[in-house]
Amino acid sequence: MRRFEFVIERGLFLCALVSVGTTVGIIAVLAVETAAFLREVPIVEFLFGTEWTPLFSTPRFGVLPLVAGTVLVSLIAMLVALPMGLLSAIYLSEYAHSRVRRVVKPVLELLAGIPTVVYGYFALLFVTPLLQEFIPGLTAFNALSPGIVMGIMILPLVSSLSEDAMRAVPNGLREGSYALGATRMQTSLRVVVPAAFSGITAAFILAVSRAVGETMIVAIAAGQQPSLTWNPLVQVETMTAYIVQVSLGDTPQGTLEYRTIFAVGMLLFLSTFGLNLVSAWLRARYREEYS
Amino acid sequence: MNISVRRWLDIAFQIVALLVLVIALASLAALLVDVFRDGIARLSWDFLTGYPSRRATQAGIFHALSGSVFVILLTAVLALPVGVAAAIYLEEYGRRNFLARAIELNITNLAAVPSIIYGLLGLGVFVRLMAMGRSVMAGAATLALLALPVVILSTREALRAVPGSIREGSYALGATKWQTIWHQVLPVAAPGILTGLILSLSRAIGETAPLITMGALTYVSFAPDSVWSSFTVLPIQIFNWVSRPQRDFHANAAAGILVLMVLLLAMNGLAIWLRDRYQKKVTG
Repeated sequence: MRRFEFVIERGLFLCALVSVGTTVGIIAVLAVETAAFLREVPIVEFLFGTEWTPLFSTPRFGVLPLVAGTVLVSLIAMLVALPMGLLSAIYLSEYAHSRVRRVVKPVLELLAGIPTVVYGYFALLFVTPLLQEFIPGLTAFNALSPGIVMGIMILPLVSSLSEDAMRAVPNGLREGSYALGATRMQTSLRVVVPAAFSGITAAFILAVSRAVGETMIVAIAAGQQPSLTWNPLVQVETMTAYIVQVSLGDTPQGTLEYRTIFAVGMLLFLSTFGLNLVSAWLRARYREEYS
Repeated sequence: MNISVRRWLDIAFQIVALLVLVIALASLAALLVDVFRDGIARLSWDFLTGYPSRRATQAGIFHALSGSVFVILLTAVLALPVGVAAAIYLEEYGRRNFLARAIELNITNLAAVPSIIYGLLGLGVFVRLMAMGRSVMAGAATLALLALPVVILSTREALRAVPGSIREGSYALGATKWQTIWHQVLPVAAPGILTGLILSLSRAIGETAPLITMGALTYVSFAPDSVWSSFTVLPIQIFNWVSRPQRDFHANAAAGILVLMVLLLAMNGLAIWLRDRYQKKVTG
């Protein structure tokens, strides 16, 4: 009997190790192919080159245009998601009646449950034509429309994590503020938000990481033209959209072109991983502050 | 600042915040209405049972829908036992040791890795290294790894909700740890575990990027008949149709989205129903 129990425990432990295996697998796959890629392309050219044309007859492997595209779209998404997410979190946490919150929160979370390919459709066929009415220079593929739509998709994440952080602020702080004659706005902006700052920052950083890794919206609506530009009205290509573009073609294994998607994937993984770690560290900090 | 100005500012601030919330909800409504308006006319029995075609009006989604269902069922078969076992280990056995905490941290990190990275993992490990090819099996294995963190986290929550008295009663009758878990704890936690599983699958069924990256085909004109056959899924078919310039195909994409949303709604409804049943059982 004791032997059986032991075997069971080992078996369960092995299953728990699958998650570690996943991380190791991700790093190993990316590292092996990236190393093979870097044997042919110098790392300086990859990281600092300003031309990305791996599919041309004279290929160039400078990843900066893809990075610029990713940063541009993410920046637009953040300009939408951060202020809107924070304001709706403040409203839900400090102003709304609990009955309103109970209805609005799940509906808002529906936004997070919609498949990203649907958002892509929405960006390309609804938001872009709508924006073209106001912005004459906007091309059919552009960074602006997927950026805005991505911001709306990420908004529930920002809102719900920021709200959690604000609700963790002890009521005594609020009451103290009210007792000094502050209004709800002053209490929210000068007491609650600063007190919840590390939690809110954690939410923001996680949102940035989500935007950087988001794929389908940009693959559908941002275009496939890597360009080193800050103009949101023309088409760009992000790191994720490039991986999709190559995956759609039938690229033979072992070619340099096949390896580019792993090299770009490695860059994507490292940047989101770094952001996630910072976010987790900040969240742990605010939990300590008020528990 | 005098009091009337501050009151006025407070009200203005409240209105702005409320407006933001309204804009967010309005965009949700706009999205739903837009897709519905574009796609409802194309939705028909022939669309559901048809195969892809070069003519948009004759194209259907049977191949993609059956691919999605097949892949998701296999994903569930793979993710459920591994996820539940991992959660049992973390929650009931290895709670306090260093290794368990490292695994926990790792799971939290995995949950935030972009899904397209899982596609590269699937391509490197399942499709190439294990030579599964671009099969249903490789796709399901990829999605199972993607779903695993959520399954583990929700299973742990379900296990934590099982009252300690049930465990103690079982131990008092002389049951071993595993007997207690298998015969007492798991049956009580089962609805909660299933709810988490269904919710994670409803996320996985909408995933496009990892399967494209793993190499699922965008043009498949048949339904998969074994775990080793090549396949496509509904989101990939939708992506394929959106990417074409012709308006007729866009209508197909919208109709496909409607089917996908109904599927998601059904899965979420099932999860909510299970959770309600579960809550009654524990409190009552």
